[in-house]
Order: sequence, then structure tokens, then C-alpha cells
Amino acid sequence: MTVDFPKLIAEAREKRDFSPFLNAVPYFRFLGLSVKPGAAEGELVCVLPGDPKLIGNARLPALHGGVVGALLESAAIVQLIWSAETDAIPKIIDLSVDYLRSARPVETYARAIITKHGRRIANVRAEAWQDDPAKPVATAHAHFLLG
Amino acid sequence: MSEVPQIDPASVDPKVVEAIVLQGIPHCAALGVKVIAVKRGEVTLSLPYKPELVGDPASGILHGGAVTSLIDSVAGMSVFAAMLKLQAIATLDLRIDYLKPAAAEKELYATAECYKLTRSIAFVRARAYHPETPDDWVANCVATFMIGSSDKPPLPKGTAVPGVQA
Repeated sequence: MTVDFPKLIAEAREKRDFSPFLNAVPYFRFLGLSVKPGAAEGELVCVLPGDPKLIGNARLPALHGGVVGALLESAAIVQLIWSAETDAIPKIIDLSVDYLRSARPVETYARAIITKHGRRIANVRAEAWQDDPAKPVATAHAHFLLG
Repeated sequence: MSEVPQIDPASVDPKVVEAIVLQGIPHCAALGVKVIAVKRGEVTLSLPYKPELVGDPASGILHGGAVTSLIDSVAGMSVFAAMLKLQAIATLDLRIDYLKPAAAEKELYATAECYKLTRSIAFVRARAYHPETPDDWVANCVATFMIGSSDKPPLPKGTAVPGVQA
């Protein structure tokens, strides 16, 4: 499959619309991920739909911890693409997730803050929440290799 | 009263882990995760290569998120295999190093070892790799779990599992 990612990334930045980019990544389609503008200027919020196939504990029920991790990673990637000048998808080096509350299988949001944007490495913090941004279900920090 | 079904301590029946993975974790079923091996405190799961889990269509490599879900799942299963009872657990933290991309078209394995278990906390290390090259890891992980995070066991109501006295 040939996808022109530099073009999609440039368009996402220019048109402030990430859906063509998200649609080009099969795993983002699998999650049903979308992006909307956040409360702060330049902040993007990743939205994960409430979907039964994302459940990690059918009994509670609760969202799968790996999916919460994936959402946090995706929020970091989207924020980096938005902020960086590179047209390549940042590569994850490491991810550390703290799970703070059980996440229900409902719509879940995540945003990321770039702590340090180096030439080759970026350090990013991210948090995910459901009803109340002040009560995150999980937080994460991660490093990415750029370009 | 909390319901805590017991696994027969004489052996960790892989079917118990299989029942949790396939019936208790819908996301594992959606990913196509399979149980490869179960020992006391150690579990190996597999993730088939699926085009819908790709993170970069140019190279065909899996998205880090799919690897994260496999590792979180196997880490949790190793805690069940160490506890020998089906108490609810919750991930407290998960730290993953992505050592190299998962190769396209290849099945991915993950093995987790619960190396320390206290009454409240389980400590786990895990690794992901292709079965052809078990020493060339795709990812390395350390995780901690809280034990007894809920009074509900990790299986849907009415699940019949061999070796479990409900």
C-alpha cells in the first residue's frame, strides 16, 4: 500500500483536519480514533469511542489498559505531528503509563503536552479522561524519535 | 461477600487463562490473542499479524498500541498464574521500551513473569518477540498490579471453567 504520509501530515497541519491522516493508519481506524481541537490554543484532543471490542474486563466492565496506553500514545503522536516540522511519523521509544482510575467503556479523551522538543528526541506527557478532565483515568510520559 | 473462585493449586490449568483471555477480555478476542503456554507465574500469549493493526502502511509494522495491549494482557495473566485464585486485578503502571519495530506479516509472542507477589501488589516483567527469534526482543516491559481491586472475579457471570471452584 502506498500512502503519502508527508502530504497527509502537511494537509492535517494546514487544514487543521486529522481525519485523512487517521484514516490512513489501519490501527487508528481499528480503534475508531478521531481528533478535535482542545480547550487551549494549539491543543488537540484524541477521542476514543465507547466500543465493546475495546473492553479489557467484561465483568466490571472496564476499558483495556493497553487501549488506554494506545490512546495516550496516539495523543502524543498527533500533538507531535501538529507541532513538529518533520513530516515523518514519530517513532515511540518508551511509554510509561500510570493507571489512576478504572476506565469505563465509554467515550474517552486524551491530550498531550510536549515537555521537551529536541532535534531528534521529544519528551511528551499525556493524560486521558472520561467525564471530567480534572479526574484523569490515566497519565503517561513517553519519548519519541523524530524524523 | 466477595466471590473468589479458586484455581486448583496443584496445577495452573491453561484453560483457566484461556477462559479469562477469550471470555473475560473482549479486546483480546478482537485482536485474536491466543494462549501459547501457562506455567506457575509465567504466561505466553500470541498476537497474529493482522492488517488492521498496522501503524505504518508503508512498512506494514504493527502499531505500538497493539503491542501495548498484548503486553498489558500477558502481564495480567501472569499475575493470575501466580496467585492461583481469580481475584480481580488492576494495572497500576506499565512501562514499555519499544526496542525495535514488530516485523510485518509475523506473529508476535509476549511472555510475562510475575516475579514477586505480595498480598496487595504483583510485580511483573514481560517481553515481546517473534517466535522465530525469542532472544531478539521487540519490546521489554515492567509493570505493577493491584490485587483485589474489585470484588468481582475477572470472568463473566456463568462462565464454566475447568478446575475453578466458583
